[in-house]
Amino acid sequence: MRTGRVLIVIGLLGVTAAYVRAIAFTGVEAVQGPAQKIMYVHVPSAWCAFMAFSLVGICSGLYLWLGDRRLDTFSEASAEVGIVLTGLVLVTGPIWGKPIWGTWWQWEPRLTSTLFLFFLFVGYLTLRRAMFDPAERARYSAVVGILGAMLVPFIHLSVYMFRTIHPRPVVLNPEGPTMPGAFVATLLFSLSAFTVLYLGLVTTRYGLGRLRELREARHVSAA
Amino acid sequence: MKASLPGTIAAALIIAGKDLRSELRRRTALVSAVVFAALILVIFNFARDPTSLRAEQLAPSAFWITCAFAAVTALSRAFAVELEHGALDGLLLAPVPREALFLGKFLGNLVFVLLVESVALPLFVLFFNVSLKGALPGITLVALLATVGFVAVGTVFSALTARVRFNELMLPVLLLPFMLPPLAGAAQVTAALLNGRPLLESAGWLRLLLVYDITFVTLSLLVFPALFDE
Amino acid sequence: MVLDGVSFSLEEGETIAVTGPNGIGKTTLLRILAGLLRPSAGEVLLDGLPVRTADPRSRAAIGLLSHRAMLYDDLTLQENLEFVARLYGLPNARQAARDALDQVELLARAGDSPRTLSRGLIQRAALARALLHAPRLLLLDEPFTGLDSAAASRLKSLLAARRPAGLGTIIVTHQMHEARDIASRVLALQGGAIGSTAA
Repeated sequence: MRTGRVLIVIGLLGVTAAYVRAIAFTGVEAVQGPAQKIMYVHVPSAWCAFMAFSLVGICSGLYLWLGDRRLDTFSEASAEVGIVLTGLVLVTGPIWGKPIWGTWWQWEPRLTSTLFLFFLFVGYLTLRRAMFDPAERARYSAVVGILGAMLVPFIHLSVYMFRTIHPRPVVLNPEGPTMPGAFVATLLFSLSAFTVLYLGLVTTRYGLGRLRELREARHVSAA
Repeated sequence: MKASLPGTIAAALIIAGKDLRSELRRRTALVSAVVFAALILVIFNFARDPTSLRAEQLAPSAFWITCAFAAVTALSRAFAVELEHGALDGLLLAPVPREALFLGKFLGNLVFVLLVESVALPLFVLFFNVSLKGALPGITLVALLATVGFVAVGTVFSALTARVRFNELMLPVLLLPFMLPPLAGAAQVTAALLNGRPLLESAGWLRLLLVYDITFVTLSLLVFPALFDE
Repeated sequence: MVLDGVSFSLEEGETIAVTGPNGIGKTTLLRILAGLLRPSAGEVLLDGLPVRTADPRSRAAIGLLSHRAMLYDDLTLQENLEFVARLYGLPNARQAARDALDQVELLARAGDSPRTLSRGLIQRAALARALLHAPRLLLLDEPFTGLDSAAASRLKSLLAARRPAGLGTIIVTHQMHEARDIASRVLALQGGAIGSTAA
């Protein structure tokens, strides 16, 4: 858990630094104006949120295969951090969008995918809350985790088959990044900072999860 | 009198047969689902501004949302019936593989939901005054593809939530995200067909639904035993 | 860890009882014996062959009579038992079901649903269900729960009369008088292990 705390601090410092750089040192985008700078929070959060759920899916699969309860604890930690990040994306999205689109919400592909990711997280965490036997809870959440993770690509595909007004992907673009180098640099810096923050939060939460398990086990044997 | 144990498919058919016999006997679930579907269709028609939205524009979405809700209510009772008298233990004890239990329940649910859809369709034609023209085969195809997909995942979740608190809420919360691809595909293709577009134009959606079905039927079959693997 | 170091054997035709206070692990032991729960160590052997959760066929010779009848209210008794007969691969399911109901003297009610039966009759139907496939091992999980003394003794005498020869029976109960009525040997679970055996 100590590692976790250290990582959180580094992560937060990194995010702050990214923001200072974003606001003070990176140029203002021509068309979108200062509002565009929300991208440096919005995009990294989205990447980390999807990474968080992928990890939930992978650990769920590994848990069903190997049976190691620590995988379940990690999934839970990743899901809790992931839902917060997803919430952040869903809040910053409209804030970014309003001055540019003119509306708070648009049913465009990536925001819609993120909304569904949010629902998947909610389902996963709500199920966990409704179950009390640790082994059964671990098995059942793992089933939901795997199915949910497999669903994500299908959501992307389904949503893309509708028309889009979201800015086209600027970094992972086959023609190469279409943003000026400085923007890309700040974005990548912010992404690294967010990843570190994510790892820190998950590690800490994982540590808490392990402590809780130990306490539950002691209660059971004392009974 | 030597017994020869049924294989997985045979056992699945025995279980599905039992479910269907029991459902046709009581009929309450079937009738409720159909009445439910009819009510939703009627409400859709009245819950719109007649001057701004023509019925035909709303029709495909209304139909598929109706089927989705009816399916969710059907799935929520799929395993509930096994909890009476602890019958589920009887199934778990039987010398048949867990996959057979999944397939049996899946087939039973599939037939049930398809039955509800096939009754809802004429009602839909009636209430929304649509003309099916040559669209029926295409609609049947997309209905089959879409239903297989969400019934597979729904069967897993219905088994999972049967023994969990707040299960009437948990099942929809877990299942609805999984209904997006099948419902979106079904609604889009239905709309295209009703507008007279050829089925081939919707090949992209049909392909997506097919891949979805293969993926989730397989995955559901693989993870289902884990629910009972104590 | 609930059970530790439980080991015993059962002879053909023998009936033993496993007793102990609630929560001691009797149901856990029963579920392991039935092949429903995987033990972290050890194994169950039936006629020399292992009973494993991963192998459904290893459960084919096991019958269970529980305090819950495992019947469907929407099917008649006849249909319920035919269903079970088919799952166990019996060649003539219809006849097997009729014979089983006849043996517990419920043939007259074959066309009725479990909903219409009293608790005593339901447990008799459950006994028919348990013995339908001529198991080698019969597990009883507090089967007399909710029965008045008349119904209970009826069930006991049917059990004694209808069991195939060579059937091994294990009854799990917290009622000592029941255990003594039926079993020739009693195993008491204490602290997760077998404490004492008494006749």
